[in-house]
Amino acid sequence: MYRYPDEKGKYGIYGGKYVPETLMAALSELERAYEEVKKDKNFQEEFEKLLREYVGRPTPLQYAKRFSEYLGNGIKVYLKREDLNHTGAHKINNALGQALLAKRMGKKRIIAETGAGQHGVATATACAFLGLECIVYMGEEDVHRQALNVFRMELLGAKVEVVKSGSRTLKDAVNEAIRDWVTNVRTTHYIIGSVVGPHPYPMIVRDFQSVIGKEAKEQILQAEGKLPDMIVACVGGGSNAMGIFYPFIEDKNVELVGVEAGGYGLDTDKHAATICKGKVGVFHGAKSYLLQTEDGQVTPTHSVSAGLDYPGVGPEHSYLFEIKRAKYDAVTDEEALKAFQILSRTEGIIPALESSHAIAWVIKNAEKLKNKLIIVNLSGRGDKDVNQVKEILEERRDLRIW
Amino acid sequence: MERIDNCFEALSKKGEKPLIVYATACDPNCKKSLDIFKLILEYADMVEVGMPFSDPLADGPTIQKAHERALSSGANTEKVLELVSKLRDEFKEKPIILMGYYNPIFIYGEDKFIRDAKEAGVDGFIVPDLSPEEGTEFSRKVKSLKLSPIFLAAPTSTDERVKKIGKVSGSFIYYVSVTGITGERDKLAYEEIEKDISRIKDITGKRTVVGFGISKPEHIREMYKAPDGFVVGSAVVKKIENNDMKELENLLKSLKSATKL
Repeated sequence: MYRYPDEKGKYGIYGGKYVPETLMAALSELERAYEEVKKDKNFQEEFEKLLREYVGRPTPLQYAKRFSEYLGNGIKVYLKREDLNHTGAHKINNALGQALLAKRMGKKRIIAETGAGQHGVATATACAFLGLECIVYMGEEDVHRQALNVFRMELLGAKVEVVKSGSRTLKDAVNEAIRDWVTNVRTTHYIIGSVVGPHPYPMIVRDFQSVIGKEAKEQILQAEGKLPDMIVACVGGGSNAMGIFYPFIEDKNVELVGVEAGGYGLDTDKHAATICKGKVGVFHGAKSYLLQTEDGQVTPTHSVSAGLDYPGVGPEHSYLFEIKRAKYDAVTDEEALKAFQILSRTEGIIPALESSHAIAWVIKNAEKLKNKLIIVNLSGRGDKDVNQVKEILEERRDLRIW
Repeated sequence: MERIDNCFEALSKKGEKPLIVYATACDPNCKKSLDIFKLILEYADMVEVGMPFSDPLADGPTIQKAHERALSSGANTEKVLELVSKLRDEFKEKPIILMGYYNPIFIYGEDKFIRDAKEAGVDGFIVPDLSPEEGTEFSRKVKSLKLSPIFLAAPTSTDERVKKIGKVSGSFIYYVSVTGITGERDKLAYEEIEKDISRIKDITGKRTVVGFGISKPEHIREMYKAPDGFVVGSAVVKKIENNDMKELENLLKSLKSATKL
């Protein structure tokens, strides 16, 4: 039976709590509070009700007929439509769950980090809905790249703190959020947006996201009368992947594939393929794979998709990789950009650039996937990326498929 | 361990407490940094040598920038140990403590790191992101080489946690005076700090020094009684950033005089 994390918050050797002492008591408090609400029927019912009424769950599992035909080779693809959630991505599942938990703990000030802005928007949304103060840390680079999401968060009543330290991207936004949390730990709950950070965060985020996999399992059994051969999801920190993988971990015949951001290619140093190319390290509170130098300095990453542009990865992914329960691969920016266009044209769905990586992997490997029944987690919609892709495709006409 | 205990005892006989000064190694570069640490050791009783890291998440802007300067000058673990070894050649008795985030230590290899550090003349280690839970093994290894693991205690540490911290710590405990990151503060909550340090000393029976936020002689004078030593970091690093050695020397002088009764 798969039962992780263990009582020390570890997945094998991965995970744990590598944080300054000031936060240790807060992590224990969070652990206790979470164990309570896990058993608390009222909390679970309230959460489920909000997922239904506010988020719009369950999200459909859609047979992607024309995309499957495009792939050929007898492949049958279903899309788990997390893009249809309120705020346009799976991030709201966790943001809402943790905001409810914070409220239960009597913490009225919420902080969060964001890269592309999806988790920031989701957290700002949950805070507006529940009447909580919200501060979102965002790297200066990302503030420029995602100006519209900054305004969105402000519209929702959140304060966006521009992070000017380090590489001014997601990892630095996490650093700054942790620094805020160390300072205001008595009044503040930190809503981490992915299955990363110190225990109990990777577990909490996984649990709140596992609604994706639970629904998908029921839906595929209903539609096909059997489990899928394979589940494919993109992995940055890895929350959408963990959410859909988790309920299938003990179904050994279901292959789990995590797709990392290959950027300009794995033979360059411009990518964010942490498991494919990293080494085990300790970063943002947990032991896990990490992109780093020989001296243990964290390296800057690159991906066309801001949501995957992160040098770390959730510790449970490192563990699933080590025990060979899941496999991890990468696709490049260009492959993701092509997939972005192909899904738009075959299904009328503009996928997020993050999710485009999962789509791209299936396209790239179609030859090896003969007659497979595949679920792809379509973790978010691509509206936020349209501007960026427009600019790229205007400059690089060779990447256009039309 | 011996050098640290001797330092506390010798000062105590003179009615003094140690001034412990932090600076980031190889800031702005390894060569200049050696001179800076030599100057610091003229006045400080112990020195904390910061190991540069790309993501120093317990540090405020001043020390973050020092880490960036050091890294862009090419600093790494070997070079930090080289710096320590040169300092040790000149200052035979003063304790040298390495302060560094865990990942570079983990990558260097815990065992090799502790051995090489001892060889270079290090007396103790502060690893701010290594909690007693994750650091038990590290603590055991450090102690087995007769060196001192130094763990942090915070205002938010419960009595139960303080007990754990006491167990894994060596010669002393490092009390973080604020819930927050490193950096200069105008005023500190002197009474609360003294009370909390007494609590920690009662529970653990260990010497406890105070750091984070201390930047002026009056900070030391206002809470002189309870702590066994005073750590100053950001205020010193600021002078290094400004490349103002005269000012640095004045600051060190005034801080040291505050640690005498």
